[in-house]
Amino acid sequence: MDFLNAVVALSNYVVVPAMAYGSQLALGALGVTLIYGILRFSNFAHGDTMAFGTMAVVMVTWAFQAMGVSIAPLPTALLALPFGIAICAALVLGTDRLVYRFYRAQKAKPVILVIVSMGVMFVLNGLVRFIIGVDDQRFGDGARLILSARDFKKMTGLDEGLVIKTSQGLTVLTAVIVVAWLYWFLTHTRSGKSMRAYSDNEDLALLSGINPERVVMITWIIVAALATIAGTLYGLDKSFKPFTYFQLLLPIFAAAIVGGLGSPLGAIAGGFVIAFSEVTVTYAWKKVLVYLLPEGLEPTGLVQLLSTDYKFAVSFVILLIVLLFRPTGLFAGKSV
Amino acid sequence: MKKLLMASAATALIAGSASAESHANDVKLGVILGFTGPIESLTPSMAASAEMAMKEVSDSGKLLDGKTVTPVRADSTCVDAAAATSAAERLITSEGVKGIMGADCSGVTGAILASVAMPNGVVMISPSATSPALSDVEDAGMFFRTSPSDARQGQVLADLLIEKGLNSVAVTYTNNDYGKGLADSFSSAYTAAGGTVTGTAAHEDGKADYSAEVGALASAGGDALVVAGYVDQGGPGIIRASLDSGAFDTFVLPDGMIGAALEDTFGSDIDGSIGTVPGTESAGASKILEMATAAGFNGEGPYVGESYDAAALMLLAMQAAGSVESADYAGKIMGVANAPGEKIYPGELAKALEIIADGGEVDYVGATAVEFIGGGESAGSYKEILVEGGKLTTVAYR
Repeated sequence: MDFLNAVVALSNYVVVPAMAYGSQLALGALGVTLIYGILRFSNFAHGDTMAFGTMAVVMVTWAFQAMGVSIAPLPTALLALPFGIAICAALVLGTDRLVYRFYRAQKAKPVILVIVSMGVMFVLNGLVRFIIGVDDQRFGDGARLILSARDFKKMTGLDEGLVIKTSQGLTVLTAVIVVAWLYWFLTHTRSGKSMRAYSDNEDLALLSGINPERVVMITWIIVAALATIAGTLYGLDKSFKPFTYFQLLLPIFAAAIVGGLGSPLGAIAGGFVIAFSEVTVTYAWKKVLVYLLPEGLEPTGLVQLLSTDYKFAVSFVILLIVLLFRPTGLFAGKSV
Repeated sequence: MKKLLMASAATALIAGSASAESHANDVKLGVILGFTGPIESLTPSMAASAEMAMKEVSDSGKLLDGKTVTPVRADSTCVDAAAATSAAERLITSEGVKGIMGADCSGVTGAILASVAMPNGVVMISPSATSPALSDVEDAGMFFRTSPSDARQGQVLADLLIEKGLNSVAVTYTNNDYGKGLADSFSSAYTAAGGTVTGTAAHEDGKADYSAEVGALASAGGDALVVAGYVDQGGPGIIRASLDSGAFDTFVLPDGMIGAALEDTFGSDIDGSIGTVPGTESAGASKILEMATAAGFNGEGPYVGESYDAAALMLLAMQAAGSVESADYAGKIMGVANAPGEKIYPGELAKALEIIADGGEVDYVGATAVEFIGGGESAGSYKEILVEGGKLTTVAYR
């Protein structure tokens, strides 16, 4: 019984939240890694692209709510997602036309593109705040919980409850679908194959008649979709605030680099590595240990390795370790 | 030599004014508030309120055989200790005030007390300095305050929890001076009363997600969670994450968390949660509002009632001591503020003066239900809040 309680407590406070957070990071990191692999630069504007896409979704959601359209018990935001993706795709394609294409034509060095993307980041940053404001926006509706602590306790008779929020379930489910689709797209379609060819060897790809502008456009559209989905899921699970999306940039980059930049599989693995590290390092293990250890050996302190305030330090440390000892990441992506 | 000169000059001045017949029947009281600076919008009403009490006493003609009271204003600036002490110095040495109603902000109040009021032996009653540090400061019995110390709420909350049988709690506080101070004072009072604080964690306001903080607090366990935060900041996030994860369903809510937004956000999800918020059921509160409106200033501002009470207490103590000298009446302030005696509300100062003159006792209640404890500070009065059926309801005053 004690063992089961420990497992449930661990699931409730560590496994379930980390799974959801990991999925959100993985989707974000996929976008970063695609840009890195195909357009060959680190896109610092990715966090704010997510914020912009989510903002579009939030606004469309509000419009639907005002019209009384609903798909309860699912959140209305899911219905608004395609519209958000379209708006976000229009934005990134516009940015590409206005900004990145100029540098691509000049064959600018990646480091210049990184700086350019920072400029884009600041512009988007301001744009999002200008349109929707800096405050918290809540846009989730529908059923909040799939499984509530009270129901779980009643069902199992355990002391510990397990809670699964609708947003957490949706996040994991959506992530699985998106990743599976992306994998199929990259390996089985003509466009996907041409993207991979362009990524592997640009000159050879051009020689074999692949249209570079088309590859770039498809990449941007996919990235916009990934960013909007990741941002919306994060916003549904937590809340939408432009600043927190800017802060997400660090764990997302850490995830992409840990997995190996340019490797989609690596981005997914990296997302979960970062999420589980953040959550386990900052979790207070007392409760679980009290259940597991024999009486007398129970800890008196909280057994918390790092205060939750230092959550971001975890991504930083992992990033440093990976860059020092395995610069190509777990899945041997491109060296940074 | 210089000091001697100044001292003799001052003596001559005092002697001069004492001999003048017109001044013999006049008592000067200092009103030191931050008329410029960060709280300059509040101080005019506070000063007006204190002066209203002085005028009431003067008009009655019953203070020590018909003495009149004249207020003398000075600027504390709220933040500049040097300016405040020199202003106080001027009041005492050149104006010859017999007591000081002030100062307002805790920092300058401490400075004036230490370098002017105490060395000169002049009574000071502050209406609004709430720093817990002033409770332990060396004051030679010369310093009082009509607002409760910030630490007081921690004590009240701790007593409430013990009474309700909640003997172990986890504490989270918003990471600033207010949150930290409240959490500290609560924890020490609660532990002293026999409760156990299982764990304490700070939270930063304005984060998207508090599940990590709540996870740590849940691991610590406890009957309830004390949320020393703000109702329009991180507080609701903590409560939401606690409810979602099933970690806590009873919350303890200090004043920063009591607000209508709480009802809107959580409704009956947090039924059974308890809290405290400053407030009084005393009739004095509405009385002072009427008097302020009649006198033409805003009686709803903060510390207006406290200012009236500070001035009134000083004057009643003078009557009780039969003297206007600080050394004589300082010891009487506790006596007139607390029971036993006839209860005195705002506007009844004439009655109080009469009772004292006839040898009776008064228990000054005033605008803010003043009750002095310990080193001469107000116990404060708090509303005990219970969340019932999704509504914040006042169940008692303490």
